[in-house]
Amino acid sequence: MNKILLIIKREYFSRVKKKSFLIMTFLVPMLIIGMYALIFALSMKGGDNIPAVEVIDDSGIFNKGLENKKSATFSKSELTLAEAKQKVIKNEDAFVLYIPADIASGGTIEMFSQKKAGLSVISTIENQLNDQMRTKLLADAGIDALTLDKIKPKLSVVSKELTLEGEKDSSSGAAMAVGFAAAILIYMSLFIYGIQVMRGIIEEKTSRIVEVVISSVKPFQLMMGKIIGIGLVGLTQFLLWITLSIGLMTIASQIIFKGKMDQIKSEMPMSKQAAAVNSDGPGMDIIKAVQTVNWPYILPVFIIFFLGGYMLYSALFAAVGSAVDSDTETQQFMLPITLPLLFTYIMSFSFIVNNPDSSLSFWLSIIPFTSPIAMMVRLPFGVPNWELALSIVLLIGGFIFTTWVASRIYRVGILMYGKKVSFAELGKWFMYKE
Amino acid sequence: MLSIRNIVKQYANHRALDNVSIEIEQGSVFGLLGPNGAGKTSLIRIINQITAPDQGEILLNGEKLNPSHISKIGYLPEERGLYKKMEIGEQMLYLAQLKGLSKTDATARIRYWFEKMGIQSWWNKKVEDLSKGMQQKVQFIATVVHDPELIILDEPFSGFDPVNAQLITNEILELNQKGATIIFSTHRMESVEQLCDSIALIHKSKKILDGKVKDIKNLYRNNTYRIAYSGILNPVETPLFNINEEKKDEEVTHLTIQINPGYSSNDVLKFLIPQVQVTELTEIVPSMNDIFIQNVKN
Repeated sequence: MNKILLIIKREYFSRVKKKSFLIMTFLVPMLIIGMYALIFALSMKGGDNIPAVEVIDDSGIFNKGLENKKSATFSKSELTLAEAKQKVIKNEDAFVLYIPADIASGGTIEMFSQKKAGLSVISTIENQLNDQMRTKLLADAGIDALTLDKIKPKLSVVSKELTLEGEKDSSSGAAMAVGFAAAILIYMSLFIYGIQVMRGIIEEKTSRIVEVVISSVKPFQLMMGKIIGIGLVGLTQFLLWITLSIGLMTIASQIIFKGKMDQIKSEMPMSKQAAAVNSDGPGMDIIKAVQTVNWPYILPVFIIFFLGGYMLYSALFAAVGSAVDSDTETQQFMLPITLPLLFTYIMSFSFIVNNPDSSLSFWLSIIPFTSPIAMMVRLPFGVPNWELALSIVLLIGGFIFTTWVASRIYRVGILMYGKKVSFAELGKWFMYKE
Repeated sequence: MLSIRNIVKQYANHRALDNVSIEIEQGSVFGLLGPNGAGKTSLIRIINQITAPDQGEILLNGEKLNPSHISKIGYLPEERGLYKKMEIGEQMLYLAQLKGLSKTDATARIRYWFEKMGIQSWWNKKVEDLSKGMQQKVQFIATVVHDPELIILDEPFSGFDPVNAQLITNEILELNQKGATIIFSTHRMESVEQLCDSIALIHKSKKILDGKVKDIKNLYRNNTYRIAYSGILNPVETPLFNINEEKKDEEVTHLTIQINPGYSSNDVLKFLIPQVQVTELTEIVPSMNDIFIQNVKN
């Protein structure tokens, strides 16, 4: 036991001390935060060049003019259509919106510019014009604005999770996003860390250190020490990522939040500020949504399924590593490992997402070889506790089984040099007595 | 010290060891000989508990081999290597601790050996920055750092340059004088004659010969002598000996003779002295190499 600890320590520290580990650990949260900040920046600014649209209104219906928005500003133009067209030809920054006199009887509104106007500009214009048109039509029909306000329905659905502990707000969108992200993370890390186990074993085998080591410890101890050590490296990386991301996100959102407050103050009357803070901007939505996710539930489940899946697959990677002499020979043995993973990944995002409670989804999230990914995808849709427990128990059984199989291949494989190995050969090794 | 009793090791369609029994005495330098593929490495792996025999047992100091013996054995495998990216001091510490040494003991022992080999400054170097010869020194230290009672060296001189080979030989002999039992596995016979007290010869998975080097050599003496003389020997035919080879150069005649049973070298001298001037009479003792080849060929 003491020796396995020594091995775990070596495997762990030799990796954690590497520069590449530090770089990965700090770079990834930075990238996440960077993306997050970018979304904010874009949503705040709405681009550098806000088109200034000149509106020629021959219909006289829209004499209120159009409100300035983030995506565009508007001004009334006294030019004729022909003059305005000339202006557009000469000036590449000019935007002209032409509303014909016969708009009420089916005329077409046109936008002239050298550069194609952005989708958001067009939709802003469409929304405003439609609103004004509707108000006018309603007024023509004898309904005044006040009556209209009264009868305009303002219904919305708030989703609440109702359990024995009471009810709470939930955002199923955010939960799904977190579940999917967790599934993708597990999928990728099974490969990343599994291959590290395999490479580590190939390195020990090709450098021949393995024979020295297994004259001191049992091959099984060496294999388990490596698997556990690298698993802990993965866990460390995740925990650092999570804490760093949360920390940086808090700091970043504080800064951005403050900036937003200033902007709101200068732009809006006091009464509207509070509402704006709570509802405005995609950034705030993200923060709110992230807060609704049930982290104390999802995080432990994620870690259990990551560790279980990792142990299960890394044992197989270990067997492959022991059977070959170099990275290039691993390919034929990798297929049976990558196939179930790839299959689950594809099934998860094409089938389980749409049918989370079907029996196929159930089985995929129960069978140990597919459950680490499939369960993560099902989780946001609600998984009964007994299914979760069954899946975890089977996963533990699964990795005990693969570890047993792998260790039988491993103990023979690490002492075999310069031999082209087939699956039949692996089977023979498995059958060898101690 | 080490009793190997009726060991059988069977691989799928190949018997690597067939009922091999060897006794190795406390404090001896023992040569485990045999051509490539004879089963030497299989036997060594069993002694190191890397693999287990299908039949038979091994006793170390009268006790059946068990995991507690790992710390008493030092093993330098034929295929050698170290973690390339790891610092040497750290690596030695790791390997010594795996052998059961505490961290403080391990540090002290490693310092002792580094000083002895004059490589104190290597502690923080990485293995990949060392030359092959330097790595061999480090590997040797890794083998003996825990002060093992039994040191097993599989083809220890393959890949060693002559200077290092001599250095290592001296260290091995010193350890032997301090009480360690040494097992050499090799197919290089010169080193056997130079170092070993006893040997066992394994061929095609079977032990075909074992005992003290002296006794084996005696066993293979076949009364062959080399003589040289000047003058003319007449008659050459005699019941005393048969001539295997005759060579004349100028005045001197060289003969290789086999003395017939019932006669001794003195009888031959008595026969020669009255007739010729004898300049040499030497017994041809077979070298281990000859014995090895003779055995393996049969």
